Amino acid sequence: MAIIRHFLNTSKLVNISLNITLLLLAVGAALVVGSVMIMLMDADPVKAYQALYEGAFGTTNSRAETLVKATPLLFVGIGICVAFRGGVINVGGEGQMIIGALAGVWIALSLDTVPRFIENVPINDFPQITVVTLSLLAGFVAGALWGGIAGVLKAYFGVNEILSTIMLNQIALQLMNYLLNGVLLDPEQKDRVNRIPKTARIEEHAKLPRIDWFSDTPTRLHAGLIVGLALAVVVYILLWRTTLGYRIRAVGQSDRASRYAGINVKRQVLYSILISGGCAGLAGAVQVLGLQYRLQTDGSAAGFTGNAGFNGIVAALFGGLHPVGTIPASVFFGALLIGAQSIQREVQVPASLITTLNGLVVIFVVSSQIFIKRLTKRRASVPPQPTPAAPKSLPALQEEAAK
Amino acid sequence: MITDILKASVAASAIRLATPYIFASLGETFGQRSGVLNLGVDGIMLLGAFAAYYAVFETGNLLLGVLAALIVGMLLGLAMAFISVTLQAEQGISGIGLYLFGLGLSELLFQKTVVTPTPIDGFPRVNLPILTDLPVLGEIFFHHNLLVYVAFALVPISAFVLNRTTFGLQIRAVGQNPEAADAMGISVARVRYMTVTLGGGFAGLAGASLSIALLNIFQSNLTSGQGFIAVALVYFGAWRPYWVMGGALLFSTVNALQLQVKTIENALGINVPSEFAVMAPYVVTIITLIFASKRVEQPTALTKPFERGES
Repeated sequence: MAIIRHFLNTSKLVNISLNITLLLLAVGAALVVGSVMIMLMDADPVKAYQALYEGAFGTTNSRAETLVKATPLLFVGIGICVAFRGGVINVGGEGQMIIGALAGVWIALSLDTVPRFIENVPINDFPQITVVTLSLLAGFVAGALWGGIAGVLKAYFGVNEILSTIMLNQIALQLMNYLLNGVLLDPEQKDRVNRIPKTARIEEHAKLPRIDWFSDTPTRLHAGLIVGLALAVVVYILLWRTTLGYRIRAVGQSDRASRYAGINVKRQVLYSILISGGCAGLAGAVQVLGLQYRLQTDGSAAGFTGNAGFNGIVAALFGGLHPVGTIPASVFFGALLIGAQSIQREVQVPASLITTLNGLVVIFVVSSQIFIKRLTKRRASVPPQPTPAAPKSLPALQEEAAK
Repeated sequence: MITDILKASVAASAIRLATPYIFASLGETFGQRSGVLNLGVDGIMLLGAFAAYYAVFETGNLLLGVLAALIVGMLLGLAMAFISVTLQAEQGISGIGLYLFGLGLSELLFQKTVVTPTPIDGFPRVNLPILTDLPVLGEIFFHHNLLVYVAFALVPISAFVLNRTTFGLQIRAVGQNPEAADAMGISVARVRYMTVTLGGGFAGLAGASLSIALLNIFQSNLTSGQGFIAVALVYFGAWRPYWVMGGALLFSTVNALQLQVKTIENALGINVPSEFAVMAPYVVTIITLIFASKRVEQPTALTKPFERGES
């Protein structure tokens, strides 16, 4: 958990500016490698990046598409901030998104069908705000519980969460394939020979409204983005302004010190992955309610998530594991993913270039942490500090825990 | 009679399908025994698979394909060693980075060179004198391609190297107690570089076994997460080559059953949704991990970077 500790240890301002510099260097380095790769493919990198920029920000519609792409990254990324800060490497975003989407679409569809059993209550009696809120809530809870399985396994059975979340991703995928071929299958598809495994379309009253006040032409930008922005603020407050957040971060920094301070480490581990899974579940529900209006599978996880469960990790790391920092980071990676399509169109470089670069960004960001570590160490060792950090923080921890 | 033939063909394909798992998890076992978790195995497998496929696609030379996969895998393993040993990066997260890199780059290269998935002539099945002609057993054990035998041969070899050689002792010492190993004059970094590079090479071979021996084709995300399973199998098998092989066979048996799910349903008159069949090994792995983590000690220094004078 070295990386998380180093985000926290150094004095604040130096730390932040150092981190931002390193993050920008990491992206810069990835883009340079990208240029070389583009040149090797006999294309002009300047033209390619220009196409990327135009594709992501050139028109109202492309700007909206960038934000649409950024939305699930934001949700997953916010969750990753909580998990990683709490010392839990949650790589189960894909599965948690799927489970959240399943729960969300199920509630959205059943709030539509239930009234048919009740006499004299027309469907419209469920106001949009109720249906949407309940569906999103279902997505959050389901994602949290799915993550919670890995949390319980880690906290109480000592099972490595990286492994369990990867397993749970596959299980979630099969669960989705099963349900979309069975109970959740669109009634219209039932009698067909070549069924498409998808749910029925959700009704108008279950849709997250589109945001259309900024342009004359309709775009696909939806209110999910606003929910995500609000969530970033809420999680920021949770992490830095509440006891729960303090404890989660304390455990992430040092579970041994936290245990001495009387913090129930196991419970904090569970809380952090519950919240993290909930955010990812919300991402899934928002994709259904705001964008796709139904859940459909092509048999792969990426077919629904678009790899957002993994790319959200990239966004969170690039956002300095800070919920608010994750906002611009998500927009940045959303732009890359949208721009990738125009690179493919304009200069014939496949869009998978961006996945490659995302991988490099992750590697560069985590690798660059050693420089912060080295710098911190040097600064700490040259002038002998009268009050070392560790003993000082213990009473503070105890005080917090006693509250 | 029908069920006998079915059993034989399921067993045979289970053995075949275990190949990529065995290659990848044996390699990962070396790395983890020395204290390095390489979560990027799937990415290495994908690039290895592409390298092998492309070499065979262009030249038709199968050995060249294997060599290409091995070299690509070892280079990526070396990169992972540099990231996790020299730069001391968080291993779980950098592994995800390596996975995304391999996933993207293999697809990129494929679309720039071959474009459409074109079948190639991969490793043919070996016909052994007498053995292949044995009833049932011949079909199950002695009618496979060369890489299947290489993979299974590597199991005892790996166990021998880990348990009976000086190098193996060094690997275990470095993974168990790097400070003590360092004090004994073993270079922790050198051992870890070697195991992770070797593990990368094995992962490359795992990819090759898919693209030029089992499926004889390449397409985007060919491995569909098998590399991650391979990492889990190492935990599953408690860092022991034979147990790891057992886990690989469990997974591949379920995969083989799943391929024949329709035939089995017809033969036995039962109806199991194929999704649950696919799900089963993952559930089994999780359950095994619960019990394994209580009883089996993992290498103490796993995922912990080593630096002199720390801790």
